[in-house]
This record gives sequence, C-alpha cells and structure tokens, in this order.
Amino acid sequence: MSDMNAVLVTFTQEAKELLGEMEESLLVLEDKPDDSDTIDSLFRAIHTVKGSSGLFGFNDIVAFTHEAETVLDQVRHGEKAITDQLISILLNCRDHIEKLIDHCLESSDQELPDELVSAGEALIFQLTGKQADDNALAVPDENPQSNVLEGMGEPNDLSDSWIIALEFKIDAFRMGVDPLSFLRYLKTLGEIQKVLVLTPELPEGGEFDPESCYLRCKVAFVSDVDKQTIEEVFEFAEDDCVINILPPNSKVEEYLSLLENLPELHVQRLGDILLDVGVLTKNDIARAVQAQTISDEVNSDDTKPLGEILIEQQVVQPVVVDEALKKQEKIKKKVAVEANYIRVDSGKLGQLIDLVGELVISGAGMDLMVERHGLSDVEEVAATMTTLVSSIRDTALELRMVPIGETFSRFRRVVRDVSNELNKNIELQITGGETELDKMVVEKINDPLTHLIRNSLDHGIEPPEQRLQAGKPEKGVIQLNARHDSGHIVIQIKDDGAGLDSEKILAKAITNGIIPEDHNLSQQETFNLIFAAGLSTKAQASDLSGRGVGMDVVKRNIEALRGTVAIDSVPGVGTTFTIQLPLTLAIIDGFMVEAAAERYIIPLSMVDECVEMSSGEWAIDEVMNYVNLRGVAMPYLRLAEYFNAERKATSSDRQSLVIVRSGQNKAGLVVDELHGENQTVIKPLGKVFENLSGLTGATVLGDGNVALILDIQGLIQTATKNN
Amino acid sequence: MTINVNKQGDTDIQVAICNEMTIYTALEQENALSPHLQAEQALQLDLSDVSEIDSAGVQLLIYMKKEANRLSKQLTLVNHSQAVVDVIELLGLVSFFGDPIIISSNRSES
Repeated sequence: MSDMNAVLVTFTQEAKELLGEMEESLLVLEDKPDDSDTIDSLFRAIHTVKGSSGLFGFNDIVAFTHEAETVLDQVRHGEKAITDQLISILLNCRDHIEKLIDHCLESSDQELPDELVSAGEALIFQLTGKQADDNALAVPDENPQSNVLEGMGEPNDLSDSWIIALEFKIDAFRMGVDPLSFLRYLKTLGEIQKVLVLTPELPEGGEFDPESCYLRCKVAFVSDVDKQTIEEVFEFAEDDCVINILPPNSKVEEYLSLLENLPELHVQRLGDILLDVGVLTKNDIARAVQAQTISDEVNSDDTKPLGEILIEQQVVQPVVVDEALKKQEKIKKKVAVEANYIRVDSGKLGQLIDLVGELVISGAGMDLMVERHGLSDVEEVAATMTTLVSSIRDTALELRMVPIGETFSRFRRVVRDVSNELNKNIELQITGGETELDKMVVEKINDPLTHLIRNSLDHGIEPPEQRLQAGKPEKGVIQLNARHDSGHIVIQIKDDGAGLDSEKILAKAITNGIIPEDHNLSQQETFNLIFAAGLSTKAQASDLSGRGVGMDVVKRNIEALRGTVAIDSVPGVGTTFTIQLPLTLAIIDGFMVEAAAERYIIPLSMVDECVEMSSGEWAIDEVMNYVNLRGVAMPYLRLAEYFNAERKATSSDRQSLVIVRSGQNKAGLVVDELHGENQTVIKPLGKVFENLSGLTGATVLGDGNVALILDIQGLIQTATKNN
Repeated sequence: MTINVNKQGDTDIQVAICNEMTIYTALEQENALSPHLQAEQALQLDLSDVSEIDSAGVQLLIYMKKEANRLSKQLTLVNHSQAVVDVIELLGLVSFFGDPIIISSNRSES
C-alpha cells in the first residue's frame, strides 16, 4: 500500500506541474493566440493528465479531461480558433481538474460530490456547446483539404501528385529496360497526370547512339498507394535508373502529423524517423547515405547532413525534414531531461544539508585543534579537508536551489484575474526568472509577494480613465524582477501607478495614533509607515486589500527570512518595493564579534564598516546614545548592556563600533572584540527562545561554544527607538 | 528493308517506316534516316506501319526532331499508327512534335 501511496504522490506532483504548465500556456496564448508550440504544449499537458489519471482509474478525471482534450485537438488542427472566451473557459477547466484530482486523492472511493459533477457538466457544456457555434462560423469544413481537391480541375495543380523523377543510365536500353513499360504499369496503380520527358544529354549530330538511353522523365502521379509500393514498380530498373519519388505536397500534412505522434521513447537517426512515418523508403536512405559517404571522401572535413542530401535528391519536402529534425531534437531533449533529473524527497536534501552543517562545525573544531597543538604535519591535510568541506557545503546548498521563475509565473494568473475583476488593464512583466535561490526561501516568499502584487494591482495602478487623464498609457505595467546581489537575491515589484500619497499616510497614521501630530518624519520613514499594523490609506476596503492587515504581515514574513523590504515611490510615476533576501537559510557568511566574553554573529552582508569607538575621533552622545560618524548621526547600542551581560565593559577597554545596515537604516553596535569572518551554520533557537528580541538563531563554533546570531533589523529598530 | 521512300520531291521526301520502332531496329533506322535528313529540306515520316514502338523508338523520333530543328529543317510525322499515338500521348509529347495526329481509318488492326 505504501508503494501505491508513493506512486500517487508522484502522480499528484506531476499532475500539478502539468496544470501549472497548462495555466502558463493559456496565459501565453492570451497574448499570442497563434503560437502553435504553446498550443501543442497545452494539448500535451492535458493529454498527459488524462493518460496518467487513466492509469490510476480516476475515471472522473479522464472523462472530463477528455472533453477538454477534444476541444484542444480541434484548436491544434486549426478547426477552432483561440478566443479570450475559450481561454477563460480552459482556465476554469484547469481549476476544475485540480479539484477533481484533490477529490480523487482524498476520497477516491467516494462518489463525486454533486457540486463538482454539476460544475464539470457546466464547463463541458461551455466547451462543447460553444463548439457547435464556433465551427459554424469559423470552419464549416471538416476536412480543410477538400477545398484544394476541388481546385484540382486544372491539370497544373500537382499538389496531390507524387512526383517521380526517373533518370535512366546510358545502358538502360541494352539492359532490357524500357521506361515506357514502367509508365504503363504505373497506370494500373493510379492516374498519371503528366509526364515530362527531358533529354538534356541527347547528343547532337553524329554522336547520337540510338541504342543508348538519354531519357529523363518526370511523372506526376496520383494514387493512394504508399511510397514503398510505388518504388516497387521500378524495382526491376533499380540498377539502371536513378529513381526519386517525392511525396505529394498534400501528403506532407499527413507525414507531419505522423511525426507529431511518433512515440518519444528513444533517440532515432533522422533517416529512421523518416522511414517510420513512410516518407522515405530504405532505398532512399541507402542512396542518401552513399552520397554522403562519397561527398565525405571527396571533401573530408565537411560532411553534409543527411537531411540536406535528401532534399537535394528531391525525395522529400524540406518542411518534412525540418519537422523530423525538430522532433529528433525534442526527443533528444526529453531523453536528456529524463536521464539527468531524479526526484529527491526534499526532506532528504534537508538532512544532507544538516549533516554538511555539522561537518562544517567539526571541520572548524579540527582546525582549531591542529592550530592549538601545533601539529604542523597535520596542517596540510587539515587545509585540504577545509577546502573540500567548503566545496561540499556549496554543492549541497546548490542542490536545493531552484529558479524563482516558477513562483513568478504563478502571478500571471493573479494579475490576470484581479485586473479583470477590477476592470483594469494590467500587464505583468517578468525578468530574471532564472535567478536561483533556496527552495525553502522560495516557498516562504510566495505569500508576501502575492500580497505586494495585489497591493500594486489594487492601490498602485489607477483605473484606465484616470491613467489616460494623467497622460499615461491605458495599460498599466507591473514589473517583477529578480537578480543576485552579493550573496543575496533582490526581488523588485515595480508598478507605474499613482505612487504613495504621503499626506494621506501621515493623516491616517496620526488619526490612528501611530505617530504624534508634531512628527518629524522623512519621506522614507513616512513610506515605511505603511508597514505599521492597522494602517490602510484606501478609503474603502476591497476584497483584495485595504483592510490594513497585510503589509505588517508582509514585513514580518520577510524579516523572518532574514530579509528586508524597502519602498521607493514617486507620486504619479509609480512605486517600487525592493525585497532583499539571503540565498539560503542554512549556512551564511557571518562576522563574529565579542561583547562581555559572549560571542555574537552578524550576517556579513549587513556589516557596513568597523571603526574604533573613541570619543577622541567621533562626537559621542552618551546620554542619547548617538554617535556622529563623519557628520552622519546614528544611534548606537552597547551589545553587552543590551543583553544584560554581568560584566560591564570598562571604558579603558578599547571598544569597537560595528556599523550595521539594514536597507536604508544604519546603526552602530558597540563590541569589545572583532573576530572576523566565520562560516555560520544557522541553528534555529528552540521554541522557548522564540520571543527573544535581537536574536534570530545560534551557531556552534569550532571549539564547541555557542555563538548567537543577531537580528540586526530588530537591533537597529531598538537603537532608533531608544532615543 | 527498314524504310521505304514513298515520294521524292525537289527539296522534300516522304519516307515510310515499315517496321516496328524498338531497340532492335533503332540503330538500323537511324542509319537509314539520317542521310535523308541531311540531304533534304523537309522530311516526312509516315508512321502508319509502325506496329510497335518502345522507348528507344521514341528517343529516335525525339532525336530526329531535335536534329531537324538544329539544322533548320522540317520534320513532320504523318499517319501515326495507334501504337505511336498511345506512346506520344502517354509521354505528353504531342505538342513537342506539333504534328496534327490524324486517326487513320485503318487503325483497327493495331
């Protein structure tokens, strides 16, 4: 049974991925309704869902997906046009399939609940009921080729004919070959539409030998027989005649669809693919390969591809070869993907990374011992070990890195649905989707991102008429960017909407008592107020946002990931949210400091600079805890005091000031000693310590001691508030 | 005798081919016909007795026609037998020779 469960999990994962693919394709089709690649992948997605559901006996899913598949098949063959309406229906179908899958997984033995049944029926009606109308309008003809057939009255139209080119060798007559007899036999298989006799090599004057053959023929031939049969007609003349049989143009479509449906099991040679679908016969290939070998011998460093030779020999249309090559490429890719990826339980990866963390710690311990005991002969071995351990650390962390693009493209749907709901015209532009970060971070950033995007959609982008009045294009744009920036990932959400209204924010904040009336806030600080709990500037709360809960949650969530969020806004031009996140939650580069014999880790990326804490150099306000650093006043915090360490640092000790920065805010931390960089394996603090302020975690040092990892953001806030 | 001179004019001649036109007769016929094509301005070939014609025969006719064109002389085919008509039609060469094909009354035996 547990085996079965494991398989079911795979099925669910795959199905969810396919549904995601489907959604993505549909949204692409909205912009590019004619993109046949996308239509194909859409079709494949739903086809695969249907197939694997069938495997598990989920008949409800099969029945429903079948209808959608049928419609998509018509789309694929150009019998039905992609309309916005159809896309909407298909998106709903996608959601419905998701529900069906959930139902089958949770209660597969129960009947489908009535509401699912009726929802499914309604969707099927929308899909197929509409189909009758559509067909009547768009393509009244089941078979688009019959038009072509009607036009065949003119003998010149040879699109349905096989073109057989016969090039007889000079000795053909002497060998008893009579071209006429072939033509007569050919007549019994179909209709010879036209024969063209060519004699380009017929000599003039006395050179002519009546017993030699100088004839060439091109025959247009209409018949239902396949290529093999036609070739057999000329079997007898094989040695004395070069025969090229080009399939009719009208057959090309048939070959293309055969190619499309070719099973993608293993990589085949081009010739074999074409042979499989019947475009070529074995003889065609043998001849082409021979030609290839000959040209290879003549010109050894430039081998012509087989496809090119086949086209030159006029045995196949270029478009068929192109399609076959594409198919080959696709199979190659597919096989490669299947061979190179394995699914791994992310729990196992987590375990591996935990172990690597332990390895890093004990590696540091070993280094320490080697140093302490002065074992010079062990040093080299230890150094190699350290290098290896850090490579292993990097590789292990990389295993959990996933591109953020998948998360990003989910927002296409959000943007689409919400902008429809709000009657706004909004485009989502995504860049940097290939940027990678830890899967754990990706999962946790989804909610805050959704919230920020909904905010931009709802508050940021103005309604179309207002935009036009402001002289902006009717279509609003939200940009979603991701990029790496020195050990961090920076995600930007940028809209070209109205921007934040600082007056409104201030007024609201004063009414809600968040700030006093005689405030003295900079614009940046004003913007940051929107992250305060209980503040919404939207006069009327909507479904989406405006209730004043959310932005504070967004900030909290991002900070929980040890990230920061900053706002930049220009009235009338737009608002930009910049989220900065660490790439991983497991191991970071830290900066170790010591205060009152206690060690602390500051994430290295947040350290701005270290200076000596001396009143000789800087003006220090000991009462207000302010330091004037090169003309910039900033709050400072004595770490030892803050954490209530017993021993008070005496003023005779040389103290250092570490300037830390989080986003735009800076503060100084006064410490006794600087220890420098440290590979920090982050260990979460236990539940008991969850509410401690100023700390986010702990790490184990090489000597077995524990160092606490500082929550820099929290500390900066505290330092600012203290004044 | 493979050919038979029917009518000899000042600058033209009508020659009847009195045998089949196949690979077996092609060489002989070419040898017999070529001097006439060289000598006269216009050559008429009476094909009424050609009971059988194969590719070599057709090729000979094509050659003769091309040579005539090259030498700016006139070659006409007359009294096509049914066998000749069939082949010329099958190969789509009617317009190439450009001669009116008169279906002769005595074609029934072919």
